[in-house]
Amino acid sequence: MKINWFKYSSPQTFYPLAGKMIPWFAWLATILAIAGLYISFVIAPTDFQQGEAYRIIFVHVPAAWMSMVIYIVMAAWAGLGLALNARLSAMMAQALAPTGAIFTLLALVTGSLWGKPMWGAWWVWDARLTSELILLFLYLGFIALQSSIDDPRRADRAGALLALVGVVNVPIIYFSVKWWNTLHQGSSINMGAAPKMAATMLLGMLLMALAFWMYTVAVGLMRVRCIMLERERSADWVKALSLGAK
Amino acid sequence: MQWASWSAFFNMGGYALYVWVSFGLTLLCVVWEVLALRKRSAQALRLSRLLAQE
Amino acid sequence: MNEAWIIVLKRDLLLAFRRRSDVATTLFFFLIVSSLFPLGIGPEAAVLSSIAPGVLWVAALLAGMISLTRLFAADFADGSLEQMLIAPQPLALLVLAKILAHWIVCGLPVVLLAPLIGLQYALPNESLLVLVWSLLLGTPALSLIGAIGAALTLGVRGSGLLVALLVLPLYIPVLIFGAGAVAASQHGMSAQAHLSLLAACSILALVLAPLATAAALRISVE
Repeated sequence: MKINWFKYSSPQTFYPLAGKMIPWFAWLATILAIAGLYISFVIAPTDFQQGEAYRIIFVHVPAAWMSMVIYIVMAAWAGLGLALNARLSAMMAQALAPTGAIFTLLALVTGSLWGKPMWGAWWVWDARLTSELILLFLYLGFIALQSSIDDPRRADRAGALLALVGVVNVPIIYFSVKWWNTLHQGSSINMGAAPKMAATMLLGMLLMALAFWMYTVAVGLMRVRCIMLERERSADWVKALSLGAK
Repeated sequence: MQWASWSAFFNMGGYALYVWVSFGLTLLCVVWEVLALRKRSAQALRLSRLLAQE
Repeated sequence: MNEAWIIVLKRDLLLAFRRRSDVATTLFFFLIVSSLFPLGIGPEAAVLSSIAPGVLWVAALLAGMISLTRLFAADFADGSLEQMLIAPQPLALLVLAKILAHWIVCGLPVVLLAPLIGLQYALPNESLLVLVWSLLLGTPALSLIGAIGAALTLGVRGSGLLVALLVLPLYIPVLIFGAGAVAASQHGMSAQAHLSLLAACSILALVLAPLATAAALRISVE
């Protein structure tokens, strides 16, 4: 069976298709989040070292994972858009960036909320928090570049190139921050190693991460629909849609 | 079941502030993002309706 | 065969020589920024020498960055950039020549001035030597990575600030290894590992950055 991908990549056909997909992903996200929250608050036992405060990892770690996954997915869409000159891919990349930035911000804030009772300080230059901060800068740079270029075609392609450059740099930045951290902090408390990873905890984090992932897909599709409407404002299908919507 | 009572659950072993603020902020971001996107979509549709009616 | 890039290099150097104030601006900026810190922190030699690696490297980073927007702007304005895009020579090579000229004009003077400022920060002699080495190995990477940002923001409103936002996060590894090398020498450790990593960064940037910059220029000019 051969699917005509180019047919689905035109905004006019993708817009209603995305509209049908959004509720499915939203429901999946809700169900997974309920299951994840049930495990993280009811099933998972109290940590003998950290007490109940460790339950923050059920939102902190998935948010941190997602912030990285979204950056990679965003760069992949951007690269695809650049290689195939596909508008839809570039719009996908643009649609994912704000959600990625929000997850990065959440990972930072929840990390700091976890750090306060654990380390006694709101901010510690720990390797993970520092890399998250840099990742936030990368997201902000991508968003700022795209929003300051008026021509959408140029904005797409410039953003794509920046995302690709960023994705090449992320491992190097991560390695250098780790290196810097081990040199300057020695053997201080490490976030990742603090709670012994029990199977239930891992399951809870995985479920929450999957819920975030499904949420990201739903919200990304919502945003890509907005971008399509805004870019094709004067196209006939958008006009017809807007007249039918009321 | 980990919790003796509802108040113990809400108290989170004394870490209520940190735990509930973390989860609350996450929920807030999710709700805000969805609402903002709905508004953005409605606005875009309204604008192109104006364009269409011209 | 590829003499075009030598011509571009010579031309850019000649232009920079005619407008010497540009070079002076970068140097003065480096000098001023690194002189502000003792005024803000206090003149204690122990404190100053402990912050010196980070401060001098950050000052070098910023000094290299402020001149980035000029890298392609003049050529873009007078149309010679478009000539380079359609030239038979590979664009990446011509871009590399421009980046090399930028480094000679803006990077090298900072490398040469740094030990003097290091003296003001009470750095011992062997650390001064490591400082020069680290800057010599690291600043090419700054020019190379910065060129990508300069090309992406060519002709965009507010490009000066935008370049900072795009480029500074990418400079972080160079900063860590560069400042780390000087700090290691201060603590009596070998700076070999840091310097090797710094050289690795520069080599990687040398391979990839001209290609990315060339692609960015094509996106920006078309």
